[in-house]
Amino acid sequence: MTRSVPLAAALLSRRRMLALGAGLGLALPLVGAPALAAAGRKKFVLVILRGAADGLSMSPPTGDPNYEALRRSLALTDTALRVDGDFGLHPELKTVHQLLGAGQARIAPAVAMPERIRSHFEAQDRLESAAGDDVSSGWLNRALVNLSGKTEAEGLSVGPVAPLVLRGDVATSSWSPGRAVEAEARLPMLIQDLYGDDPVLGAALARGLKTEVLAQANIARLAPEGAEDLSPAETARLTRTLLGDSREAADRMGGTIAGFMREGAATDLVAISLEGFDTHANQAGALARRLAYLDALLGGLQSGLGAAWRDTVVLVVTEFGRTARINGTLGTDHGTASTALLLGGALKPGGIIGDWPTLKEARLFENRDLAPTADLRSLFKGVLAEHMGVDRRALDTTVFPDSAAAAPILGLV
Amino acid sequence: MALPDRDLQAAIAVTRFGLGARPGEIAEARRDPQGFLKAQLRTRPAKPPRAMPLDRTEAIRAFSEAQSAFVQANRRQSPEAQALHPELSTLRKALRDKIQSDVVQRAAHGATTESAFAERWALFWANHFTVGAGNFVRTATIGPFETTAVRPHVFGAFTDLLVAAETHPAMLLYLDQHRSIGPGSALAAQMAGRKSSRAVGLNENLAREILELHTVGVEAGYTQADVTEFARALTGITFRGFSAPERAGETYFRTIAHEPGPRTVMGVRYEVQGEGQSTAILRDLAARPETARFISRKIARHFVADDPPPALVARLEEAWLASDGALDQVAAALISAPEAWAAEPKKFKTPYEFLISSWRATDRIPKMPQELAILTALGQRPFYASSPEGWPEEEAAWATPDGIIKRLVWTESFAPKAVGGRDPSDLAAQALGARLSPTTAKAIARSESRDEGLALLLMSPEFQRR
Repeated sequence: MTRSVPLAAALLSRRRMLALGAGLGLALPLVGAPALAAAGRKKFVLVILRGAADGLSMSPPTGDPNYEALRRSLALTDTALRVDGDFGLHPELKTVHQLLGAGQARIAPAVAMPERIRSHFEAQDRLESAAGDDVSSGWLNRALVNLSGKTEAEGLSVGPVAPLVLRGDVATSSWSPGRAVEAEARLPMLIQDLYGDDPVLGAALARGLKTEVLAQANIARLAPEGAEDLSPAETARLTRTLLGDSREAADRMGGTIAGFMREGAATDLVAISLEGFDTHANQAGALARRLAYLDALLGGLQSGLGAAWRDTVVLVVTEFGRTARINGTLGTDHGTASTALLLGGALKPGGIIGDWPTLKEARLFENRDLAPTADLRSLFKGVLAEHMGVDRRALDTTVFPDSAAAAPILGLV
Repeated sequence: MALPDRDLQAAIAVTRFGLGARPGEIAEARRDPQGFLKAQLRTRPAKPPRAMPLDRTEAIRAFSEAQSAFVQANRRQSPEAQALHPELSTLRKALRDKIQSDVVQRAAHGATTESAFAERWALFWANHFTVGAGNFVRTATIGPFETTAVRPHVFGAFTDLLVAAETHPAMLLYLDQHRSIGPGSALAAQMAGRKSSRAVGLNENLAREILELHTVGVEAGYTQADVTEFARALTGITFRGFSAPERAGETYFRTIAHEPGPRTVMGVRYEVQGEGQSTAILRDLAARPETARFISRKIARHFVADDPPPALVARLEEAWLASDGALDQVAAALISAPEAWAAEPKKFKTPYEFLISSWRATDRIPKMPQELAILTALGQRPFYASSPEGWPEEEAAWATPDGIIKRLVWTESFAPKAVGGRDPSDLAAQALGARLSPTTAKAIARSESRDEGLALLLMSPEFQRR
């Protein structure tokens, strides 16, 4: 009978996986090692909003005199959560608003990657590779390459499909909610033997089994206080509460992801993708639902991380922004600059990041889009340099090739 | 470039070009592996089928009407809402059943067809012209889209496939074309006078994706101005509502919504007005060498390797250009290309391919929607590609820790049901032929149960790849 792995057995399984990893010549970090190993370790979470999220709705420039005329029925002047005289936050971004009030969130209202591209897919590739289109690795993975000499930094992506940003030379983990696997069972071991000579599948299975053990411990924490040794049915029921688009599911998802990063868990870099931001028609409702999900996910991450929140930076970005003007179908089309959100207990308080270009007609990029005032790579580099400790020279050359001109934004943490 | 021996060719024909071997299929292909595949090239049917079958438009109409009646009653806070709800549930279920049956039928066809190369070829084109699910109504158009706009044309002229796909109601809905109205059109003027609450304007979505994803590709050097001009030319193409008394769900040209005037797209000026304008642009795009290059590479990537041999791409491109995009000729060039027959399997199966090949290897037919539910967890829920780009192609996207674990979990529950009383070593020989490695054969022979043996076969590196 297949049973999910209870916490005590999970520790055994971790050791078992370590032994297995060693047998395969894999360098697996000490997942089950004492908690002190992770004390004070810096954490970084990258959230990619796919489909070009509308920055002018995420952080509406309520103080800009041209905003209402451009956005008409999509303008959030009256409903935005107040930040200051210049900006607000979308009404669904309640957690972000609270964090901002506590000095733990900042808005970068007009950022973009250096290439002016209006195709989602190409722009997402560039956002994640931060290099030419012949490069098949992501910048977060190349940052791990640099860190792997110094720490045991580990990357994890959420979802069955690996995002480009975390693909590359350093093997990383991935996870999404599903049915439990007994890591010590005979079949996984036999399959691991079959994968012995296979560089891709062997490492992927070993990591998958290791993550599975942690995941089950995380999911067990969703149970009411004191519940131990959950039945498979109960584990399955709890896992199902992570699915769906509701705020509640997002909050639990955030908490479960935090479990991979907390205490003994070695994950330091996490990449999360949220889809559904391509709002060409009837934008208001669709965007509100997605931003509500994002907000609850961030809330779940924060509360799930507990004390580790103070060592954490979360960066929310999108591939490009949307047109300054509303279109003919109550939506917006592909634009240029958008908003990035920076959150975390490790942040220093501060105002907006980068300048506000304004929405004056003469300032619009190609007379249609919000113009970028900061290079997203500068933001990435600032966080990686000062928060994660990635080597400055590596940032200019290998992590973000040919990017010396895009100086890191310093002083964020 | 020398071809591998005939046993290996037979295994490659069935597992790489096809959808995985059914028992006996590799033996059948062995006589003439290339001929086995070429026999599957079909010509298109004489009469194109109706874009939206009547029973489908009827189910959509009934559901939509019940839904809006319910929403209105609900908004009035009328007690009627309560009474309308059961009927709405019934109609919603009826429509959902149709969508699920589209998915199950397609999977069952994949699991059983004797022309699995033809099916892989059709799946490639359905993915090239991805229409993603949305609300029930949109999702209910995807099955008909594949059956009527894609499949009939996949061995015909690319230009016909392109026009059929871009003008099908499913695509018009998916990429917002049905809402796009020329700002200078008669309809826009009328609506401005009426102070209508509905917004009027251009929507560039379809124009952009046609250029970027369906024809010349993003590297062809077109500009934002080309996209806008093309979007203007496309205005007027829409479809009749699903509740229209006659010809429901039929694509037509609504002259009053069309932006008047000549257009210039990628350096070509189109003086022709009206419906012929966008058709002329589509036909020119289909014929451009950038289109031949872009799609030839995509075909090679799908069939042979994520980073395909340039010589293979060149052969496909040449066949495309020489035949004016006759897709049966391009398919024939793929089959004849020695680079496509390299011994090493370079492609990691997508979740859908993994499932279909597992059913084929065990001679099983999926019958219930629940049998496909695992595809959601594996990141490839049928019809639910998350963007118009379709499903990812490359190994790095699918061979993830989470992906492998979820395949393992599925295999563990599938194997006991699927193995029957059969010998897993025999199933392995039938499924992989000369591609079965001694290591895997030995592991299966040593397995402690038939279930375990079959699970090892399905999870083996050579079964996971093609």
